[in-house]
Amino acid sequence: MRERKTLTFLLMDPPYESARTTTAFRVLQVAAQRGYDIKVFAYEGAVALSFAQQTAHANAVHGRDAETEHHPLPKDWIAALMRDATANGGRIDWVNCGLCVDERGVGAAIEGVRRGSPADFWKLATDSDNTLVIPTRG
Amino acid sequence: MASYLLIESRDPFESKDASYLSDLAVRLAKAGSSVSVLLVQNGVFAARRGTHAETVRRLAAAGVDVFADDFSLRERAITATSLADGVKTAAIGSVIDHLAAGHKVLWH
Amino acid sequence: MKALQIIETAYRATIEEQDDTVVWFTHAMRGAGAELAVVLRAGAVNYALPGQDASGLAFGDWRQTQPPRIAGDVAALLGRGVPVYVVTEDLRIRGLAEAPLVDGVKCISDEQLPKLVEEYDHVWSW
Repeated sequence: MRERKTLTFLLMDPPYESARTTTAFRVLQVAAQRGYDIKVFAYEGAVALSFAQQTAHANAVHGRDAETEHHPLPKDWIAALMRDATANGGRIDWVNCGLCVDERGVGAAIEGVRRGSPADFWKLATDSDNTLVIPTRG
Repeated sequence: MASYLLIESRDPFESKDASYLSDLAVRLAKAGSSVSVLLVQNGVFAARRGTHAETVRRLAAAGVDVFADDFSLRERAITATSLADGVKTAAIGSVIDHLAAGHKVLWH
Repeated sequence: MKALQIIETAYRATIEEQDDTVVWFTHAMRGAGAELAVVLRAGAVNYALPGQDASGLAFGDWRQTQPPRIAGDVAALLGRGVPVYVVTEDLRIRGLAEAPLVDGVKCISDEQLPKLVEEYDHVWSW
């Protein structure tokens, strides 16, 4: 049986701006499927990934209504990964940088997401087997 | 010495700084560390056969294992037959493998 | 546990944030007792220069009263016991080979970077 690990990830990119977001979620998914204890610290624009008021839309260019378009909403990705992790005996602790949340006005996060600070990130990293920072670009 | 996974997400032609990660990988390998490089996203442009980017050749010559993310390759129509020599396809789970093994993992 | 912060992105949203957010983050972790060091490379080598001045920005009747003071923040990291290194090759290609740097910043070459990387438990690229 694979040993259960605790891994911390720091994300920075806001939704819909970078391929790094998709890659990060693909990495998180593997950890969730392995039942790992996963900590995510969302910094800067990444705090909007969990914003509860993301809304799907239609796509007139492709002639698809909202239902058919099934537009990805990162908040749904987070919720799905949380369910996946739990189902596999692990969990995801998703922490949004509080100041980043405030300045962006994205305080309404989905269930299971909490606020934190850089000191929390340091503690998460200290208590983890390993940590990966996925930076953003200028 | 530590083992490393260096993740290169940037297009090798995007900027003059594009060689930074492969330079670091080569130096770490020459110093005796075990080093792997995983190309993801536009970083896989360095993995296409015939590219003018020197990335893969330099890394392979220095004993660095070079991998390219399978999804990123497929997304960019880089098939197995159009992959440069010295590059192996990898699943994104390899990042978790390295993290779980305690390797230092850097993202560029 | 010791972590090495390699900072390369420079002046990203520094006006809106009033800080470089990675330098700021480093300060905040240091405040929590973290043992850290910083390497400034690529465009971020510019952070080691005294004389950066982002003051005076205004939009209509809005005035920025607290501009970023990045050189001061770098100096403050040094004051808190966080070593700060700057990569010499990146200074040189930017015409900064002879430029005065914030007191206490140490120069390091690309060749020396692997040794520094090896010394830290974690290496986080920003």
